Amino acid sequence: MDFSVTDEQTMLAESVARFIDNDYDFERRMRIAESDEAFSAELWQTFAELGWTAVLFSEKDGGLDGGPIELMLMMEQFGRGLLIEPFLANIVLAGGVLKRSASDEQKSELLSSIIEGSTQAALAFAEPQARFDVADIRTTATINGDAYALDGRKCMVLNGGSADVIIVPARTPGTKGDDGISLFAVPTDSDGLTIASYQTVDAQSAAELELSGVAVPAEAMIGGQGRGLETLAAVIDEATLAVCAEAVGIMRTMHDKTVEYSKNRIQFGVPIGSFQALQHRMVDTLMLCEQSRSLLLWAVMLSAEGDPSAAKAISALKYQIGTAGRQVAQEAVQIHGGMGVTWELDIAHYFKRHSVIELLFGNADFHLDRYLAHG
Amino acid sequence: MHVSFTAEELDFQREVRDFFETEFPDDIRDKVMRDIPLEKEDYVRWQKILYRRGWAAVNWPVEHGGTGWTAIQKYIYANEMATANTPDVIPFGVKMVGPIIYTYGSEAQKARFLPDILESNVWWCQGYSEPGSGSDLASLKTRADRDGDHYVINGTKTWTTLGQMADWIFCLVRTSSDVARRQEGISFILVDMQTPGLSVRPIITIEGEHEVNEIHFEDVRVPVENLVGEEGKGWTYGKVLLQHERTSIAAVARSKYRLRRLKERIAQPYHGGPPLAEDRNFVRRVAALEIELKALEYTELRTLAAVAVGNAPGPESSLLKIRGTEVQQGLDALFVEAAGYYALPFVPDQYALDFPESDRIGHGSETRTSLRYFNNRKASIYGGSNEIQKNIIAKHVLGL
Repeated sequence: MDFSVTDEQTMLAESVARFIDNDYDFERRMRIAESDEAFSAELWQTFAELGWTAVLFSEKDGGLDGGPIELMLMMEQFGRGLLIEPFLANIVLAGGVLKRSASDEQKSELLSSIIEGSTQAALAFAEPQARFDVADIRTTATINGDAYALDGRKCMVLNGGSADVIIVPARTPGTKGDDGISLFAVPTDSDGLTIASYQTVDAQSAAELELSGVAVPAEAMIGGQGRGLETLAAVIDEATLAVCAEAVGIMRTMHDKTVEYSKNRIQFGVPIGSFQALQHRMVDTLMLCEQSRSLLLWAVMLSAEGDPSAAKAISALKYQIGTAGRQVAQEAVQIHGGMGVTWELDIAHYFKRHSVIELLFGNADFHLDRYLAHG
Repeated sequence: MHVSFTAEELDFQREVRDFFETEFPDDIRDKVMRDIPLEKEDYVRWQKILYRRGWAAVNWPVEHGGTGWTAIQKYIYANEMATANTPDVIPFGVKMVGPIIYTYGSEAQKARFLPDILESNVWWCQGYSEPGSGSDLASLKTRADRDGDHYVINGTKTWTTLGQMADWIFCLVRTSSDVARRQEGISFILVDMQTPGLSVRPIITIEGEHEVNEIHFEDVRVPVENLVGEEGKGWTYGKVLLQHERTSIAAVARSKYRLRRLKERIAQPYHGGPPLAEDRNFVRRVAALEIELKALEYTELRTLAAVAVGNAPGPESSLLKIRGTEVQQGLDALFVEAAGYYALPFVPDQYALDFPESDRIGHGSETRTSLRYFNNRKASIYGGSNEIQKNIIAKHVLGL
C-alpha cells in the first residue's frame, strides 16, 4: 500500500498542468468550443508532439508504457481545463481496442497513425435501444464471401463526425447475449455508412451512425470472430475510469472556484462565505471531493495491478461520481447564484461536462446494480 | 502507487492475527459475541494482555512504550483487532491524556502517570464539557483558584463517559477570568477521583444504560504539581487532544467488521421467511453505504500516510470524524431495519451472563439493535458535534 507517484509520473502531471495553466485558459477553450471545428487540430498535433497520445501504449506499440495511474493524472488535469480535444475517443476508446486486440499489421497501420495524431478514430460503443449496456448489440455482421456486411444503428459515437476510422461492434446473425460479437474497423468514407454529427451539451462532438450493408474485408476484423465483447468491456472499464478521473478534476475545480467566489461576493455588506448556511455546504462538497478522490485512487491502483476486483471498484467509483459528484456540481452552481447559470461563467460549462460524465458509460443506478452483480 | 501489502506487511498481518486468535480470552470473546456488556475487569484484563505484548499504545512514541509502527502497520492492526471483535482500548488514558502528558507534561508527570496508563493500572476519564458548555467549550466555568501549593476546584463537569469506573480525571478548568480571549486562562489539570469534595452522579441515557456521569467539584484541593504544562495554556493542549480523539472516533475498521456482519445476517432466512438480501431496495442501500465506507477507508489511509511523513492530524481529522460517525449511524439504522419487528422489544435483561440464550426474544442480538441505534446518536454529537467539525473545516481548511 503506497500512494506515492514516481518522478516520471509527477513530470507528466506537471507537464499537462502547465499546458492547462498557460495555454488552455477558459477564453481559448470557449473560442474552440464556439468555432466551426469540433476541436483544435493544431493542439491535437501539439499533444502528439508532447508524447501525450503515446503515454498509454506499450513501448512495443510505439508508446510510453503508461497505465491507469498515468491515465488518472492526465484526465484530472483535462477535467480541470475542460479540455475539448478528443483524447477519450482516440486514445482510450479506439486506441484501447487496438492495443488490446489488434494484429501487428493493424497496429502498425492504424495505431501508429493515431499516436502520431494523423488519424482520427472513434469507437461505436452504444446503440439506441441499449441504454448503457454495451453487450446489447443488434447491429449485425453478415458473412458475405470473404467480406462482411454491417447493418444497424449506433448512437453517441464520440468524435464520430471527425473520425477517419470508426471501430464498430457487430453481432453474427443468430447469436445472442455475450457471444457472437466482433469488432470491425470501418473507414468513414465507406459506402452505406451515414454519419450524422452533432455537438453535445458540453461542447464536445459525437454522431449517430446508420450502417446499411456496409462492406468491410475480413482483415478489418479486430481480434477473433465472436470474441469482441471481452475487449469492449475492458475498454469501457478503462474509459469509465478515465471520465471518473476527469470528473474528480472537475469537482475539485468547481469546489475551489466556489469557495473563492464566496469570499469575494458581497451581499448584505459581507462576503457570502461568512454565512454558516453556505460554509457547511462547502465543507460538504470538500468532503465529497476527498471521498471521491479516495475511491479514484482505490480503483486506479486495483486496475494498475490487474486485480480481478477492479471492475467492481470502477462501478463503485462511477456511482460515487454520479451521486457525490452531482451534489458538488449542483452546489457550485447554486452558490454562484444567477451567475452560475450564465453562459459567460466557466462554472456553467464545468457543470455541463460533469452532467455528461454522469451518464457516459452508465449512470449511478446502472453502476450500483453492476457493483452488486459483481458480488 | 500500489494497493497490495508487501511481504513484510503480510507477515505482520499474520503475526497480529495469530495473537488475537490465541490471546483474546474466551470468556470475554463469548460475552462480546453474545452482546453481553463487559465489566471494568474485562477491559482491564484485555488491556494488560495487550500491554504485555507491547501493543497497548500503538500510536505512542517508542521511548514512552509505543510501537514505532508504520501507518500501514497501524491500519493492519486496527483491521485485525476489529475482525477479532476484541474490545477497543479504553481511549481516555492511552489515546487522550497519555499523549498530552508525554507532549506537554513535566518529567515527573511522565514518570508518575505514563507507566500506569500503559499497564492499565489507572482508569482515566475526561472532564471537558459542562452543563452550560457543550459545543461552546471555551465558555467553561469550572474554576481552579490558587491557594498556596494547591488549586481549589469548584464546578461541574458532565457527559463523563465511564466516570463511575475511573480513578483519575483530566480537566479543563478556568484559572483566570481576567483575559482578552475566553480561550486564554484555561488550564489542563489532573485530579484524583478520591479527593474529598469530588462526587459522581449517574446520567441514564436514551437506551436506559448508565454510561455517562456528571462530576461535581466542591472545594476539591489539587496539588499544583498536577497542572500539565503552563497555567493558562490548557486550551491549546486540549485542542490537540481533540484532534487525536477525532481520528480514532472514525472507527473505520469497526464499521467494516459490522458491515460484514450485516451482510452475513441478511443472507440468512429471516425467521423462517426469505432472506432480506432478496429485497433489492435494502441491498442497494447496503451497497451505497459500503461504497461510502470504502471511500472513508482510503481517506483514512491517505491521512495516515500524511501523518507518517510528519504531519500531525490536523483539521482533516474533522472530516474523518464527520464521515466516520455518519457511516456508523447509517449502519446502526440498517441493523434496526434488518431486525424488523424484533428490533422493538425492550428487554435489556436478556443480555445478562446467566440468561439462557435460547430464552431470548429474537435471534442473537436483534433486540439490541435499536438500543445501539438510540445510544449511538451520540456519535455525531460528542467529540465536538459534527456541525462544530464543519465550522473547524470551514475556518481552517477553506479559510472562510
